[in-house]
Amino acid sequence: MKHFLAAGVSIAALCLGAGAAFADCGVTAGSVRILSNDFEALRLVNSTAEECATDAVKVTANATAEHKNLQVPALSINPAEYTVAVVANNSIVPLLNDNLIRPLDDLVAKYGQDLQPNQLIKIDGKVMAIAFMGNGQHLFYRKDILDKAGVAAPKSWDDVLAAAKAIKDAGLMETPPAASVKPGWDLAAEFVNAYLGTGGEFFAPGSAELAIDNDNGLKVLETMKAMTAYMDPDYLTFDANGIKAEYEAGKVAIMNEWGSLAGATLDAEGAADGVVANTVLAAAPTIAGQSIPGAALWWDGFTIAKNISDEDAEASFRAMVHGISPDMVAKNAAVATWLVKGYTPGPAAVGVIANATGGARAYPMQPYVGLLHTALSAELAEFMAGQEDAKQALADVKAAYDTAAKEGGFL
Amino acid sequence: MPHKTFFAFILPSLIAMVLFIALPIVSVVVQSFYVEHGRILVEVENCQPFGGCTKEVRVDADATARLEQEQPLGQFNGLGTYLNRGHLAVNELGAIFADNRGLADVLTRIYNLPFYKALAFTLVFCFVVTPLAMALGFLIALAVNTIPRFIKGPVIFFSLLPMIITPLVGSLILYWMIHPQGIIGATIQDIFNDPRLSLRASPLLTWLSLLFYGIWTNAPFSFVVFYAGLQTVPADTLESAMIDGASRWERIRFVIMPHLAPLATFVALVQLMDNFRVFEPIVGFSAEANATSLSWMIFNDLSGDAQLFGSAGATSVLTIVGVVILLLPVLVRTWREFNHKVV
Repeated sequence: MKHFLAAGVSIAALCLGAGAAFADCGVTAGSVRILSNDFEALRLVNSTAEECATDAVKVTANATAEHKNLQVPALSINPAEYTVAVVANNSIVPLLNDNLIRPLDDLVAKYGQDLQPNQLIKIDGKVMAIAFMGNGQHLFYRKDILDKAGVAAPKSWDDVLAAAKAIKDAGLMETPPAASVKPGWDLAAEFVNAYLGTGGEFFAPGSAELAIDNDNGLKVLETMKAMTAYMDPDYLTFDANGIKAEYEAGKVAIMNEWGSLAGATLDAEGAADGVVANTVLAAAPTIAGQSIPGAALWWDGFTIAKNISDEDAEASFRAMVHGISPDMVAKNAAVATWLVKGYTPGPAAVGVIANATGGARAYPMQPYVGLLHTALSAELAEFMAGQEDAKQALADVKAAYDTAAKEGGFL
Repeated sequence: MPHKTFFAFILPSLIAMVLFIALPIVSVVVQSFYVEHGRILVEVENCQPFGGCTKEVRVDADATARLEQEQPLGQFNGLGTYLNRGHLAVNELGAIFADNRGLADVLTRIYNLPFYKALAFTLVFCFVVTPLAMALGFLIALAVNTIPRFIKGPVIFFSLLPMIITPLVGSLILYWMIHPQGIIGATIQDIFNDPRLSLRASPLLTWLSLLFYGIWTNAPFSFVVFYAGLQTVPADTLESAMIDGASRWERIRFVIMPHLAPLATFVALVQLMDNFRVFEPIVGFSAEANATSLSWMIFNDLSGDAQLFGSAGATSVLTIVGVVILLLPVLVRTWREFNHKVV
């Protein structure tokens, strides 16, 4: 009993000590409830924000891949189930469409001294979200294999195709390239990436009328299809994690992969010999003779719910600002491509930064872009499987999008 | 039993059925007749970390909210959603029949429409898996019925495993086994001596894998029911058949099968309904490119970056209609028998 008591007292002392050490976020009262996607960088932000918890302040976080399905219903009720929704270019759109998040200008003025101007996502002049990291798909390639095949570092999709052919002809690898073209979100993202690289617009200016049924769209599809000739025959079942596994197993020499998975690819865990040491990260390939990387730039940021008390909003904002503080970023520079003040990019951030400096475009934020993404995700599958031609695929995408956009009230 | 007692007896489950089955179905039916309000779009300045500030279109949330306040369900669209390209595709079908290059062209173009593509796989799954799974279940039941008592327990347990395992997990297990590096996938590549052969790549092989999984996971249900039925086969009929010189096959054909026929109707009914709602194996096998089902279409409408409740509602109602059509022959027969008994 005595031991228990002693242990109890020391644990209590530890907790108090810890509380005192973390009391610097300055939150005095309120409740902070975070909803976010589930990957390492966001879990880190959440756990740092959780340090703000005191007896008077409750901080909870729910990191789940289902966040997109939860956020709209959870923020629609009053008071909202979550006070903070961590979003990206695409997932902020449903929240904006339904008016579920609040402008942050006054909170930024009061507590945002550490924020940089480019972190503020402004819509119609009002700050609606605070971005803290960038992301995007870019090239990962094996320098040793490319050297053996005698090809230079690929810059465009034509280079990638030539390199794939050279590697295969030299007998170095059976399936040199990989891309996440699993029907669904991944396949649509591949199309969006390359289409952005052509410089084309997805919609007719100022309207929801789809405008991808053109030479740019055809070129993108031709390129995507040409790649599959060199890919693993199971390519239609590979998502981003699937191609990472193939790459780490040494079966793939070139892949177009997410920057947020660079850290996990570059650590030695789960990789075959020589993969990590020879991996080079570079900007996404260009397409159709253009000069910009064919990749969408993404930001991840946080928003504050509208249907909560001002006290909770203030507590949530301050806790999240603590969660993305320059201190945290300095300690975890390798985890993500941070947009926070004082960040010095590590080796895993090279690709995303190369995309940004190369002039890659941001993933579009039009209110109807989600409908396009869904239409692409289902209608491109038959084309990728070789069951229909590119013209038919684009016509199908347009028909599916038009149907959905009419139902969504946009056309 | 007096009517009043009977009614009191089933009242709790009746209330539960109305609350949890009937009302949600009514709500889905109502929802399927509506689409979203016309969104009021405005062009505003939009600034973000990459690319700076640009003029972009946004939804005028306040104006849209006012519209929703007045009519929370959205705009009435009648049967519009049912007839659009995502569902019955009436206009598209009309165009195909009006102008085509023969039957093959008609079929290819109909198969290109999402609803008919999903319906094709759903029906094939239903009508291939149901009879084969029942036959397999019946065979297992016959076999288990004849083995010595002391190993019966373990054998029954192992035969039931496919049913006990969660469908998604079960399909993932098989999916990994047919991976080119998995035990089945690698063996098949070895047998056919083709390193690029993959069960997951071609539409035909994907369909076969899904059908195989369907039979594997559905057989135990038939087995359990038929095994229970076998215990009720009258021993003296079997014995007299043996005295008359009937072989084992003849006993099965002329004694056991007629005895189990009503049970078979029941199993077929349940299995058809279940298989019409095939969903988990498509997700588990990552087979979306080659096979979709009606349930998968509903899932696709409700997940992802944009959610279409009206479209999902219409597909749900069409699924219910499909189940009713499938069961109609059996329902009609049951109704006739019921009337016959009353008379």
